[in-house]
Amino acid sequence: MKVVIMGCGRVGGRLASLLDAEGHKVTILDVEPYSFRWLSATFKGTAMVGNGLDEDMLRKAGIEEADIFISTTQGDNRNVMAAQIAKHIFNVPRVVSRIYDPIREEMYHSLGIETISPTKVGTQLLKELIEG
Amino acid sequence: MYIIVVGGGEVGYYLAKTLLNDEHEVLIIEKDARECEIIAEQLGSVVTRGDGCEVATLDDVGTGRAGVLIAVTGDDEDNLVSCQVAKHKFNVPRTIARIKDPRNETLFRKLGVDVTISSTNLILAHIKRELPSHPLIPLLTLKGGSLEVVDVKIPPDSSVVGRRLGDLAIPAGSVICLIIDKKTGAQIPMADTVLGAEDEIVAVTSLESEAALRAALTGI
Repeated sequence: MKVVIMGCGRVGGRLASLLDAEGHKVTILDVEPYSFRWLSATFKGTAMVGNGLDEDMLRKAGIEEADIFISTTQGDNRNVMAAQIAKHIFNVPRVVSRIYDPIREEMYHSLGIETISPTKVGTQLLKELIEG
Repeated sequence: MYIIVVGGGEVGYYLAKTLLNDEHEVLIIEKDARECEIIAEQLGSVVTRGDGCEVATLDDVGTGRAGVLIAVTGDDEDNLVSCQVAKHKFNVPRTIARIKDPRNETLFRKLGVDVTISSTNLILAHIKRELPSHPLIPLLTLKGGSLEVVDVKIPPDSSVVGRRLGDLAIPAGSVICLIIDKKTGAQIPMADTVLGAEDEIVAVTSLESEAALRAALTGI
């Protein structure tokens, strides 16, 4: 599977490393090269410095052939804008976006983007842990 | 009309000031506390501190009854989300977004933003206006983006100087609306209007006919 990930933080970097280890073709984008420290030492995919909101940059990252696009930057708005570019401009078959704000998460989910809200999921897990 | 302005920077501030003068009900949403204080001192209690992309903030300020939401923060992605939340959560009939990267224009339209204003394109258009090498200046994009209003200045050395408008090969997708003569001012274009050097022509054209129109009017 060809995967393009935008945002190489803890989550993006780890996800890229996991998918790469499983044999997927991964390209990860981040505006800050220092972020690539989150990739595992054995990462064999492509790490590119660039902005995922820039269509030319996404093209360079191979979005036109990608099977899936995942946005995991720190900014909810950046993530959904990039996801919508991937979906509506490049027609990527699967588009997944991390959105911290649960309300915006639900809204963009209803607009056809696969979304995950770590706030919602994390809170639920913590609550279950506390309640045993 | 109740108008919400997201972003209290330079653009948001002067926009709100203008809208208030026109006797609209205006509210600015601004994240920064200090900016909020400055706006409140200058314009009165027309500002609320918050994130204009948050549903809760927009709900608090009664976005449901707004006629227009105008997002003018410095970040394209924030302006997009603010307009989308206004549309999808509050059914605001008209949303306007400022964009920095002119390439975002198509995307924003596709995603339901009613009007996009590209500050970069506006500045470029104004500068080009002053350069002799650019005889065709886009003034305004009409709804849908398929038509534009353009301004053409007839170059002094053009082969069309002294010719009748009716004799020029104006493409089918273009309509000449107005001719501004340096001496006599604005006039309605007729087939026998004779073009002079440095006359300005205002036309509506489809994007496909733009190059042919430029060629017909400038002889280039």
